[in-house]
Amino acid sequence: MSSSEGVFFLTGKDFKNAGAASSNLKGILEGMCIPPAIIRRVAIASFEAEMNVIIYAVAGMIKYNITPERITIRVQDMGPGIPDIALAMKEGYSTAPDYIREMGFGSGMGLPNIKKNADVLTLNSLAGEGTTVEFTINLSPAE
Amino acid sequence: MELQEIIKSLSLKVENPSVDLNIEVKGAYVSDMLSDVIGNSKEGFLWITIQVHLNIIAVASLKNLSGIILVNGRVPAEDTLKKAIEEKVPIMTTPLPAFDLVGMLYSLGLRCR
Repeated sequence: MSSSEGVFFLTGKDFKNAGAASSNLKGILEGMCIPPAIIRRVAIASFEAEMNVIIYAVAGMIKYNITPERITIRVQDMGPGIPDIALAMKEGYSTAPDYIREMGFGSGMGLPNIKKNADVLTLNSLAGEGTTVEFTINLSPAE
Repeated sequence: MELQEIIKSLSLKVENPSVDLNIEVKGAYVSDMLSDVIGNSKEGFLWITIQVHLNIIAVASLKNLSGIILVNGRVPAEDTLKKAIEEKVPIMTTPLPAFDLVGMLYSLGLRCR
């Protein structure tokens, strides 16, 4: 298995292209013959992180790094930041406005879904500056 | 259970009949919250919802769902239908409300597991 890295840029409120980056990433992983169960976990976590940027931030980017050992995804945004990370991690908690909820987003399951699918998750946020979500999914079962 | 069989039994209208409908349906999930579907549906499941916007196709394709049934007479948005054809996700519609449709799917033998 080879290594690969790259970046996708995201624009806030661009619901038309929302999910495209994660879908492209899924295609890249499929092309690298990574096990389908791993691809599914990466795609779900990446999609949730991507949607958070679309919903809450002005702009952001998804950086991916694939090695034979692990897949690391870093999603960095220029957004409002998360004042209370512990609260944001709680299933069912959301600050999404009504029109977003009417589209079926903002159920408060995004970050919990990322956590469920990742082996390691780190979340850094600064109010008024933005949020960085980084998660790793291991490829070699020996780890 | 075959998707074709379900379509016939429940008189569903297929909005993008050009896609392959010879698909095995493994179960079903009903929800209008996208992350709920991502978290709790499984590969091969049918998804029952009132959401008609573009992003439902991304969810269906992400989870390899067998199709989406829009209830209460809702029809897919134009860009949703276009994307559904591209991504080969069958979209069906029915005038029935979710409760009735899900009851029928259940009696056909579909489960959420």
